[in-house]
Amino acid sequence: MSATTSSASSIPGPAKDLRVSRALGKRRHRINFVVKTLCVLATMLGMVLLGSILLTLIWRGAAGLSLTVFTNVTKPPGSGGGLLNAIVGTLIQTVIGTAIGTPIGLLVGTYLAEYGHSSPLANAVRFVSDVLLSAPSILIGLFVYQFAVEPFGGFSGAAGCIALAIIVIPIVVRTTEDMLRLITPSLREAAIGLGAPKWKVIVLICYRAAMDGIVTGVLLAIARIAGETAPLLFTSLGNLNWSVSLGQPMASLPVAIYQYAGSAFDDWVQLAWVGALLITFGVLAINIAARLLLRRGK
Amino acid sequence: MSMTTAPSESQNTSFGNVQARAASAMNPARISIDNLDFYYGEHKALKGIGLDLPDRQVTGMIGPSGCGKSTLLRVLNRMYDLYPGQRATGQVMMDEMNIIDPKVDVNALRARVGMVFQKPTPFPMTIYENIAFGVKLHERLSRSAMDERVEWSLTRAALWGEVKDRLNTSAMGLSGGQQQRLCIARTIAVRPEVILLDEPTSALDPISTLKIEELIDELKHDFTIAIVTHNMQQAARCADQVAFFYLGEMVECAPAAQIFTAPKQKRTQEYVTGRFG
Repeated sequence: MSATTSSASSIPGPAKDLRVSRALGKRRHRINFVVKTLCVLATMLGMVLLGSILLTLIWRGAAGLSLTVFTNVTKPPGSGGGLLNAIVGTLIQTVIGTAIGTPIGLLVGTYLAEYGHSSPLANAVRFVSDVLLSAPSILIGLFVYQFAVEPFGGFSGAAGCIALAIIVIPIVVRTTEDMLRLITPSLREAAIGLGAPKWKVIVLICYRAAMDGIVTGVLLAIARIAGETAPLLFTSLGNLNWSVSLGQPMASLPVAIYQYAGSAFDDWVQLAWVGALLITFGVLAINIAARLLLRRGK
Repeated sequence: MSMTTAPSESQNTSFGNVQARAASAMNPARISIDNLDFYYGEHKALKGIGLDLPDRQVTGMIGPSGCGKSTLLRVLNRMYDLYPGQRATGQVMMDEMNIIDPKVDVNALRARVGMVFQKPTPFPMTIYENIAFGVKLHERLSRSAMDERVEWSLTRAALWGEVKDRLNTSAMGLSGGQQQRLCIARTIAVRPEVILLDEPTSALDPISTLKIEELIDELKHDFTIAIVTHNMQQAARCADQVAFFYLGEMVECAPAAQIFTAPKQKRTQEYVTGRFG
């Protein structure tokens, strides 16, 4: 106790050499300056690239933006076609793909975090899921082609939904497992200590505590599949006509962009820019909306 | 376990409060522990523990880190069940039930033996829902009965006045001390018979600590309480009887005044006088 009352000068050891400490201070300032500059430059590089992509998109896309884009389906070049079939097709396939993939991913992630831990089965599932996460999406398209297109005699929106769902699953598995593992054991113990069975702890406490992360995972998955082209080329194929039947080939924005951008017609290329603009800002809007929703929930 | 020390009115020292407690006899046991061993895998963490928790009195558990006091607490509501490789043998009797019998319904047991942890652990939901969560696990109450229960438990936990106008806001917005009292309210809302407190104030400031200690004093009229603490003053202030643990063994258990002023064991004396620990 007496140490705190005595003055600082009584600290044993030689007195500080002020010149040394000043030199050290200068050195720290220089290092700080260099690192800070590098950080700012790197950030600016990223921002400039992102900004230029967005600006180009807006610049090129907005020029072709009109009501007919949303009201008309594809028409022959030069006759004022729109993207309605592609927009609706993407909405349908994204929604159904997410609706199929999310619950499966959620359950698998829950199994891994809460029940499997590091059992051989859990490790195998985790490995397969991680492989799937980084598998080229064209392979998923080919895989679905083998069992959902060829046997049924043709391309279909349903096959597209399945392909997208397969992409959703590993993303949701990974984020769900990671988020559930982040929850402190003391929170689980507190719920169990009140006499809650394990499943109630998971559903009522853990899911709520991990809600932010799980929703973010689902959003990442939506953003990913909304822009997927490769798996749809072999499954829903794309459709120049209006169709909302899951049994028929179905149009989608990414595939439409792919087809139109490579075409020789100026107005189709223009539509591709519009499509790219729509999909980019659609994904951006989903992200912002979800963030607002989460913030309000808190 | 029945102590019949005669009241000694003349001894009004700084330990006066403790003396008053020593004067009161220990109640009959609510939980009676006999020959309890506990293992973390191969490691034997508790060795032949025998201890009674007197009904509606406070038992303080002290001892250096790793002595087994928290482990003992976690046996009393079978918290160790969560972790494979942990097991207990012996007898922990509550009424006619041996708590560590694998056949015991652990969820029903935990409704009778509640626990409050070292770190406040509010659930990520509103204050009201935090209280209702535990109650709903064991009872079916009407909305108004639930409202009543929530008010009752928050009042008992000395928190009602501070939160009554914001029951439907997130519990995460409360201060640390308030969160801990919420956890106590949540535990007593289930109306257990025994409350286990595992260093409930170690993460709190002195004023919050004082409030929790006053609360413990108040709660023991209705609940049997066991408190693990590193703070010997806290044990002296709160506990009717104190058990001293060392290296997995219970060295001594006696009324609080006796432990702190006239311990029978040398080890106890060395610990309470600060010579080791």
